[in-house]
Formats: sequence, C-alpha cells, structure tokens
Amino acid sequence: MKTLEEIRKIREEKRRELDLRVNMSADTREKHILVCHGTGCTSSKSPKIIENFRRILEEKNIDNVRVIQTGCFGLCAKGPIVIIRPEDVFYAMVKPEDCEEIIEKHIQNGELVQRLLCKDIDNSVVQRLDELTFYKKQKRIALQNCGVIDPENIDEYIAFDGYKALEKCLFEMNPDSVIEEVTASGLRGRGGAGFPTGKKWSFTKMAVGDQKYVACNADEGDPGAFMDRSILEGDPHCIIEAMMIAGYAIGANKGYIYVRAEYPIAVKRFQKAIDQAREYGILGENIWGTGFNFDLEIRLGAGAFVCGEETALLESIEGRRGQPRLKPPFPANAGLFQKPTLINNVETYANITKIILNGADWYSSIGTETSKGTKVFALGGNVMNVGLVEVPMGVTLREIVYDIGGGIPNGRGFKAAQTGGPSGGCIPEEHLDTPIDFESLKAIGSMMGSGGLIVMDDSKCMVNLAKFYLGFTVDESCGKCTPCRIGTKRLLEMLERITAGNGEDGDIEKIETLCKNIQTASVCGLGQTAPNPVLSTLKYFRKEYEEHIYEKKCSAGECKSLMQLHIEPELCKGCGLCKRNCPVDAIVGEIKQPHVIDLEKCIKCGTCINKCPFHAIKN
Amino acid sequence: MKDVLGIDPKMSEILNKYVQTKDNLIQILNEVQDYYGYVPEKAQVAISEYLNMPMAEIYGVVTFYSRFTLKPKGKYHIAVCLGTACFVKGSENVLERAKERLGIDVGETTKDGKFSLEATRCIGACGLAPVFTVNEEVYGKATVKMMDEVLDKYMNEQ
Repeated sequence: MKTLEEIRKIREEKRRELDLRVNMSADTREKHILVCHGTGCTSSKSPKIIENFRRILEEKNIDNVRVIQTGCFGLCAKGPIVIIRPEDVFYAMVKPEDCEEIIEKHIQNGELVQRLLCKDIDNSVVQRLDELTFYKKQKRIALQNCGVIDPENIDEYIAFDGYKALEKCLFEMNPDSVIEEVTASGLRGRGGAGFPTGKKWSFTKMAVGDQKYVACNADEGDPGAFMDRSILEGDPHCIIEAMMIAGYAIGANKGYIYVRAEYPIAVKRFQKAIDQAREYGILGENIWGTGFNFDLEIRLGAGAFVCGEETALLESIEGRRGQPRLKPPFPANAGLFQKPTLINNVETYANITKIILNGADWYSSIGTETSKGTKVFALGGNVMNVGLVEVPMGVTLREIVYDIGGGIPNGRGFKAAQTGGPSGGCIPEEHLDTPIDFESLKAIGSMMGSGGLIVMDDSKCMVNLAKFYLGFTVDESCGKCTPCRIGTKRLLEMLERITAGNGEDGDIEKIETLCKNIQTASVCGLGQTAPNPVLSTLKYFRKEYEEHIYEKKCSAGECKSLMQLHIEPELCKGCGLCKRNCPVDAIVGEIKQPHVIDLEKCIKCGTCINKCPFHAIKN
Repeated sequence: MKDVLGIDPKMSEILNKYVQTKDNLIQILNEVQDYYGYVPEKAQVAISEYLNMPMAEIYGVVTFYSRFTLKPKGKYHIAVCLGTACFVKGSENVLERAKERLGIDVGETTKDGKFSLEATRCIGACGLAPVFTVNEEVYGKATVKMMDEVLDKYMNEQ
C-alpha cells in the first residue's frame, strides 16, 4: 500500500534514474540495454538474448549496465531488436550469440558493432532508431511507453507520468469535466467503427443503474493485426489507468478486460500489472482517500472472432456462446449482466491518459477535421518493414506503404492494400493518396477497422483473396442470423466455383445481389461487413473476376486449377534450376537447351516459377 | 492419457478456484483445455455438477469456441498460421505440405497420436511471416522445405 505522497516520490526519483531512456545527453555512467520482449521478438529468441546479456555482464563484473525487457519497438521485420541508451544505438536481428560481441565492443570499448546496425531504405547505415525513415513520419501517443519502459515494473510506468492522469481526475476534475475533456478531444473508437468516445461515456453516465461496468475489448481477432496485443504487452498500466478514469467518469467500480487466450504474454503482463496496482493501493477501495473504488478482472476469450463485437463480448464474459444481442438496448443501458456498461477498445483507452494530461486542445490539433489524433497500424504482408506503426490521422496510404513501410520487396509492384481485415476492403494503387481517416476510407469502399494493414504485391490474385476472407467469415459466423450463416456460405461457394474454373455467366451479378442482402439483413457488424472484401475487389479488380469466369484464367497464377504452366523457349537458358527443384520431376530438358514441362505430371505448385532466374516460366 | 477425472485432484483444484456462478464457465474450460490438452467428457460432467448447469449448455459453449477441443492433441501439435500476413506470404503451401506428409487434415491427429495439425489465425508474429508452431516452438519465415526438415526431425525421433 502506498500513499499518494509515496507515489509522487517514486515518480520523481525514478524519473531521474530513468532519464537516460529518453535523454541522449543524460549525465550518467549507467547504460541500459533494452531488449524487445514482445511476441514477435520473443518468437525469435529475445528471452535468450536477455539471459545471455545478464550472464556475460555478471561474468565480466560490469555493474553499471542494466538489461531491461521492454514492449515492442515497432520494427518487427528487423527483430530481435536491442537498443542501448543513453546513446540510443540500435542493433537489428540480434542473435543470442551476438551478445558477447556487443558487450565487448560496444560496452567495454565504446565501438559500434557495425555488422548489426540496420540499413535504411536508401541503403545508408543507421545508428539511431529515430534516424530511420520508418520512424520519421510516425507520432507515438498510444505507443508512447512501448519500448521505453519495462512493462512488468510499475515504478517505471509511474516514472513516465503514470497514474498522474488518474490523480488529476480524482482531485481536480469531476466526472462531467472528464467526459467533457474526452468529448472535446474528438477521440473516436479505435476498434473499427469510430463512434465518438466522449458520447459513449456520457450515454453510460446518464444511464440509470445501481451497478455499472467498464469493459475493455482486447479480443483482437483481425488476422494480421497486433496493435492491441503490443499495447498490452508493452504498457499494460496505461490501460488500467484509463479504465479507472472511465470508471470514475461514468460511475462504475468494476472493470473487465476481455483478452484473447492466444495472447499468453499479454495476459500474463496484464495480470501482473493488476497485482502491482492492487499492491500499491491504486486499484481497490477508497483509492488515495477519495472514496473512489475500482477493481479489475481479466476474462479470457477462447478463439471466436465474433466476440470482438461488443454484445457478443458481453455474452462471452457472462460465460455463454458469443452470439451478438439485438440492439437496442445498447450496452450503455443494458450491457454486462444487463447493467449499464461502457465498452472501449484497447487503443482507445491508450489515448485517454494523454488526453487528460495534455488537454483536449493538444489532442485535437493532431489529425484531420473529422478524425483526431493518431492511429496504430499493424503493417504486414508484402512490404519491407513489417511492424507496428503509429501515424497521425491524415497521413496517406502511400506514405505508410512506401516511406514507413519501405516499399514492396523483391522488385515487385504494388497491387492493393487491405485495411479493416475481413470487414474492410482492398485499396488499389489509384487510391494510394487517400488520407487515412474514418470518412475517406469508407468513401473508397474500405474502413479504418482496428488497424490491420496488409500490403499485397502484383503476384496476388484478388479473387483468391476475397475467397480467403470469406472462408474466414464462414468459419467465424456465429450462426445466429440466416443472412450471415447461410449467405456467406453461398457466397464462398460461388467464389470457390469461380477459382476452380467453373464460373458461369451471371455469377458476378448474383454475387452482387447476395452481398447487398447480407449487408442489409445481418444482425451484427460481422455479417454486415462480411461482403466488403468481395465488393471492393469487384469494384477495383472486376477484370480479374471476368478473366476467371470467361477465360478460365488466373493471371496472378494463384488459382491452381486454372494454372497452365509452360516454359517460353526464347527466354529459357537451359540452366536446369527448375528441373532440379521440381518436386515431381515434371520438367525435362538437356542443359543449355530450352526445358519443357510435362503437364501430366505437373502439380502446379509454382516452385519452378519462383526458382527461374530468367522469368521464363509463364502461366 | 490422464482420464481419471472426478477423482483427479487437479480437476477439483481448477474448480475450487472459481465461485460457483455460470459466468466462470469459459475461465474453467480454458484451464481444463490447457491442462488436459482437450476438454474430456468427464470434465464437462464435473463442471456441470459444480456450476449446476445442463451438459447441453456446456457442450454448446465448448463447440462454439475454437480453442476448446473434444479430442486430445498429438504429442507434437503443429499449427500453421493462416492469418492474412502469413497467407499473403504463402503459408497455405506450408500447410498443404504438412497435410500431405502426415496424411491428416486440419483438426485431426495421426493414428499413433504423435502429430496433430491445426490451421490457426494470427499468432501475432507477423514480422516472421509465414509462421508455424510445434507445441511452443515458433518457426518463422517458413518454407515447404523447412516444414519437411522439422517433420523429418520429429518423425525420426525414437
């Protein structure tokens, strides 16, 4: 148990101690080696790196260097990442066996380990993280602490203004003024739909009920999205603090966070954060003598995408099948256990403490007319810098893909970007200059979504992609309403038929009608948005559908049933690479003579296409 | 296989952690799944008695959520990520290879109980896409060849 005075003291002392984390010219002989301990880097052995560093430091009796595990730095493609502060030198793709060299060269002799430095998109060698083009256009608000603090240490959170926003709310603001501040900031829900957060808070405050709840939606189901996970892994206390502020504002004393069980690191860290906050008397009863009570509980999801829908999430917290409820009544009036409930997503909460501390004016000065602040995206797919990025609203897709993302690898061209996951749409090259905000993305047939942003190069078949997303929706449809349960299934069957070469005249029209019906008649957001990937690919890549249906051809070469591989004799140099790599010995030919594919034997795996250095194998 | 529920002290240990209210069902099932590797029928009976709710309702919840399984997994559980980031980078080919080599479909276990196969959604290691896991071990930047090597390693193990 700590008094408010004691917490303020921790903030002051710890902040001084941790100055070297954010201040390159900090006056200290200490050094901190920060190692990313998010899911991505953990999968490539960052725990072993931490262990090695600590062991070597001990062996060498070096006592002025500390090794800290942090949350995600963002540049997952170059992971595991190690940063040494205060000098802010950044080493990429570090292996456990590199630790010795880093300590000997960098720490003991003050030399850079050149071979582990990262190259920028123009091939120049970069020493500091913020010199990378990847970071230059970013603005970190929600991710402010990720990669800076040790998420498992509450003192480090407190050092960087942690629980100061809560203090301000409890002592200087009343619930109404908190809601006014959030409303004035222009913050909108980051879960996808973009409903104004302040409005949601005020509806829940106005609702009548003896018991109210605050819920956090951390059921990040969009495949390829990991924004919320990274926040929970890198800065769990900021979510606790924001949920407490929400509780104070709407009059709730109990919170639930619903997290995917597939995120074990996030769950473990969040539980640890709750335990620490309780131990410090920040969560509990009569917090800092103000009479405000608040406690928090984790509920685990169990692998159902639909539970990201707010009413399905409530059903699941109550222990049932996650099937959405009919709205109205909205959760603000009848939510968890039929009591008024406020539900926001992780990233939405991650903005709250900063809004309270820096003011609504500061926040609303960032972004566009209708969409304020920043948005975190999980950038993935065929792009150089796969990772986690946070940009001010209004930045264009082109800037994200080419400047931050570093463009498309393997010399390929850009074909489309997909935002909003299975609920969103594909954005073609002609719309790359669209500014990212809720309205603009909707206008071009996609949506903001929770932040998954998948880039696709020109080797991707858009009909196959639409089929992929539909397959996902069919799997994840909860089965409650007919348009979604049966409609998406029929839609998938049509796409399967088309990609198998059995498309018929009139299929496109049938697909369009069915899509409209599913959109208008489904109960929840999952069904209403399920046709989006189909409609947007149809809108921008209609020719590909027509080609599949009328010419029985897939130019991208992804639809295997439509593949007819052959080797162009003029281009083939007879190097034999394809022949050696063919798993079924379907390629014949003498060395330095054009080779031929035996179509009887060919299994259309495409290995030869990728292996041929002369691009002589055509579909 | 630990199929001695009812007298299995672990099962009562799990149950006793929770208040006897229905909203704890999914929490309990998650622990059961983690411990046994599946949700055995006997566990469902025990939960049904503990929470005083019908078996049908429990079965309904178990079959709704993809994390819960009614059959034990193999000694080596292979999960190939089919999240969008991995899909775009060709994880489907890696999955096909595993199916072909093991002679099982997604959701099945080999007859000798050694391998089981799952197509999973995003595990969050998109920077390493395409990815598959064998139990806790993550294999990044996966290729058909890598799947072959990993399978060879476990298949040849005595």
